Amino acid sequence: MRKVIVGNHAISLGVKLARCEVISAYPITPQTQVVEMLSEMCASGDLDARFIKVESEHSAMAACVGASAAGVRAFTATSSHGLLYMHEMLHWAGGGRLPIVMANVNRALGPGWNIWVDQNDSLSQRDTGWVQLYCETNQEVLDTTIQAFRLAETVDVPVMINLDAFYLSHTSEPVDIPEQALVDGFLPRREAHLKLDTAAPHAFGALVRPDDYMEMRWDQQAAMARAGEVLLELDAEWERLTGRSYGAVELYQADEADLLLVTSGTITSTARDVIDHRRAAGERIGLVKVRMFRPFPTESVRAAVRGARRVAVLDRNISPGHGGIFAEEIRSALYDVPLDDRPELFGYVLGLGGRDVTPSVIDGIIDQTRAASAPAREDLWVGVKP
Amino acid sequence: MSQVMIRDQVPQRELLDSGHLACPGCGAPLAMRLVLKELGEKTVVVLPACCWSIIAGPFPQSSLHVPLYHTAFGSAAAVASGIRAALDIRGDTETTVIAWAGDGGTFDIGLQALSGAAERNENILYVCYDNEAYMNTGIQRSSATPWGAWTTTTPATQPQGSRKKDILAIMAAHRIPYAATASPSYPTDLLAKVRRARETRGTRFLHILSPCPPGWKHGDDLTIELGRMAVRSRVFPLMEVVNGVDWSFTVDHPGDPIGPYIRAQGRFRHLDDDAIGRIQEDIDARWDFLCRQVR
Repeated sequence: MRKVIVGNHAISLGVKLARCEVISAYPITPQTQVVEMLSEMCASGDLDARFIKVESEHSAMAACVGASAAGVRAFTATSSHGLLYMHEMLHWAGGGRLPIVMANVNRALGPGWNIWVDQNDSLSQRDTGWVQLYCETNQEVLDTTIQAFRLAETVDVPVMINLDAFYLSHTSEPVDIPEQALVDGFLPRREAHLKLDTAAPHAFGALVRPDDYMEMRWDQQAAMARAGEVLLELDAEWERLTGRSYGAVELYQADEADLLLVTSGTITSTARDVIDHRRAAGERIGLVKVRMFRPFPTESVRAAVRGARRVAVLDRNISPGHGGIFAEEIRSALYDVPLDDRPELFGYVLGLGGRDVTPSVIDGIIDQTRAASAPAREDLWVGVKP
Repeated sequence: MSQVMIRDQVPQRELLDSGHLACPGCGAPLAMRLVLKELGEKTVVVLPACCWSIIAGPFPQSSLHVPLYHTAFGSAAAVASGIRAALDIRGDTETTVIAWAGDGGTFDIGLQALSGAAERNENILYVCYDNEAYMNTGIQRSSATPWGAWTTTTPATQPQGSRKKDILAIMAAHRIPYAATASPSYPTDLLAKVRRARETRGTRFLHILSPCPPGWKHGDDLTIELGRMAVRSRVFPLMEVVNGVDWSFTVDHPGDPIGPYIRAQGRFRHLDDDAIGRIQEDIDARWDFLCRQVR
């Protein structure tokens, strides 16, 4: 069935199709429609789930931790400071290897408080042991929500779905909504192999001494690596079922491109349009969309940029004192590519706090990248007023 | 009159192993042992950071014969809420979920999550075993530390200057179905309260005073006696509050002077008679308040 829906409702419908069993959340703009719709579904009985309406995001994630440890499918949604308030429990979910799924609407952080799009909320949670996926369209949001539960439960790692504030969360787009039977076949009921069980009592999360701690983190690292492989497998299966797939990294118009833009989130759609125009004019330019940020798709990124002379990374985020975070990660991924094969990397910080990234902004970046004699020592800030 | 032995009134099952890691004379394992005797195997325990994080044993061991979830300091009531929801949605309404937290995890960092769970009337049993300071980290003051007490962050030259938070009244104000105080020194009273809690649905709160020999600076043979003195002197009355409005005392409180209780503990050694008089006045004032509640 095809419906015109906002990104927030694409999340809610995905959670319903996934037959999530426990939901716990606290409201924050621009996430609220996600939990409003889920509240309606739980109240009407359309979704047979318990919705725990908690007093904070810390408790929202804590309740998901408890539910997931008891063996059921658990979900929450948040944004911005709500995500930051969860930080401690994000580590508990990641380290505890609990397959919780969360939607995070990417929103800027205060002070100078701001409700518009910016990726610093989720990227500052980089090291909490969560898979991070960034979406471009509402269709991708819905499909990713369903995929996320399957991915999380296959590798016992929590998954964070990120969507841009307003550009996705509150923008209506046509979305193909899969049949329940299709989703049921793709995502069976969760049967945890280890859980809180009075018939087989175990202690979870106890003090672990130096003799064993590293092995637990090693297992977590291995599970993260596996998550990258499993995402591609289940994405291929999803394509067979629905005709849609997204991969970890997507190439667009990349054949023979000497300049590649690297984007994530909705900037990608704008960039596609710019590239279409320039390709039509004969320019060899393409795009690499990074959908999966953790685990970082190092091999896919290296393969994607092979052959390009220059790469321009567009970062709607900033690590103060360093630079754009995707650019940092991509530099790191390319470090040991031999110099002759390694494209020059240009980092651009732009669009923070919802500053509009228009086609002309991207055109300017492309022109600047082509005209430069060499990359600047630091990432360049785009459009900062004097 | 035939003699009634307490051990005949206590369930024989043991769900706490003797190899646990509590200090000698600690009140906390006594409390857990009694609570689990009454609740039985169909129990899930949530432990935030507290002395019991140690007592339960390090990976891969556990001193308990029930499932146990160690969690972050401020999250016990919320994690318990999540477990409850998960059990319910899969049809297990029989298992009791308990959050088992110290005074720091209840009065301080866990209060918000506890208040939220109580407001939602989550079907959980929240037990606070209260040793009146952050004992596991080395005796730092909490909002459960009594006025005048020495701790490592309230030195004898500037001891605890605020009154202990009235957690029972706070929980009663949430109008939860059942709230009570208990003491391992009164095992049959404690067991009766756990039984009543088990048979009640909704949020149940049990506040257990748990003497701490290293933190209170008393001999490890005095734990039970100090618990009795606390009750008899009315510094820790044994009570029940049903639905937040029906208050009652569950044992006699003869009102022994507080002096001997204070003098038995090194943490109060710096206090003079005037200070002890002030503590007595505070106890008397709260007793008056409680008597008005009981009606």
